[in-house]
Amino acid sequence: MIVRILGEGQYSVGDTATAELNRLDADLEKAVNSGDEAAFATALRALLDQVRAQGAPLPSDRLEPSDLILPDPDSSMDDVRKMLADDGLIPG
Amino acid sequence: MATKKLMKGTAARMGVMKRVSLVFKAKANKALDKMEDPRETLDYSYQRQLELLTKVRRGVADVATSRKRVELQMNQLQQQANKLEDQARKALGMGREDLARAALERKASAQSQLNDLQAQYASLQAEEEKLTVASQRLQAKVDAFRTRKETIKATYTAAEAQTRINEAFSGISEEMGDVGMAIQRAEDKTAQMQARAGAIDELMASGALDDAVGGQRDDIQNELDMMAASSDVERELSRLKGEISASAPKQLEGGANGNSQEQAQRPAGQQQSGPYAPPPPQAQTQPASIPATSDLPAEPQDGEGP
Repeated sequence: MIVRILGEGQYSVGDTATAELNRLDADLEKAVNSGDEAAFATALRALLDQVRAQGAPLPSDRLEPSDLILPDPDSSMDDVRKMLADDGLIPG
Repeated sequence: MATKKLMKGTAARMGVMKRVSLVFKAKANKALDKMEDPRETLDYSYQRQLELLTKVRRGVADVATSRKRVELQMNQLQQQANKLEDQARKALGMGREDLARAALERKASAQSQLNDLQAQYASLQAEEEKLTVASQRLQAKVDAFRTRKETIKATYTAAEAQTRINEAFSGISEEMGDVGMAIQRAEDKTAQMQARAGAIDELMASGALDDAVGGQRDDIQNELDMMAASSDVERELSRLKGEISASAPKQLEGGANGNSQEQAQRPAGQQQSGPYAPPPPQAQTQPASIPATSDLPAEPQDGEGP
């Protein structure tokens, strides 16, 4: 499974990590829905750390779409909301 | 088909990771759907990739320019802070605690601007590094895409090529979306910084920053200068006084001994013997006795002619 952290690059993550990633992602989703910025930041960091810990960076010259894409570490909740609301944040 | 299936699954679960990736996929699909011949997509996309690459490099340069400008301003503010501390020290040395306090207050506000700029400097530096890495990664992907593009065009018919193209295209378009967002963010940050830096430059040029940092235009320095000037006068005065009081007792002493007259006359006597007549300028009139003339027969002829 390939996971991209925006602004950072892609990681190849083993399928065994999926359950844990989904759990952390659910936390993140909960934080977004409840509008809790602090919880959002914590959940995002936990999720990204997990990807980095479990995954191996994909070589730059590999051209593969990601199965999952994660916001970059500096994103605010607002950034993520905007990204999800429409495609306005992604140029081209 | 795979995308549709994924879409259904995520719509039900609504995880952030999947929703973000769906946004990217939707974008790629939209662009793909526009193309008549899928192979055209490859060339078109490649052009866009090259454009984006140029844009990223320009972005890196812009951030670097902005960073250097902040660096320059930080140096100026640092100099200002140093100058104010120096003034405070001088003021204290002159016993003017009020002036020293004023200078230190201004130093504090220069320092706080400096700290603010330092934080922004760090964030620009981080942005620059990120973009540099992004630019290298994009370059590698674009190279990979070009290779794959040529293979696809050479090997597959339009119909066969479709799947391969979709793979290559969604891989690169995701990267382009990612990098595009990074550039957007860097541009925003750079624009903010430049507006700010421009404002600070203007303030510095107008001397108004001295107001912000240092109240009225260097009144502390003026006062220190005045004090220094008046203390110079005092010092001169006391030096002169010292000279006078040092020479006065000598004369009294000399007068008491009675030797002073003799001493005073001696230079006068020397002066008298001084202006004696200078020695007669014998050597200057080259005497004809020099026999060298015999070596030059033409000269005596000239002299003897008349």
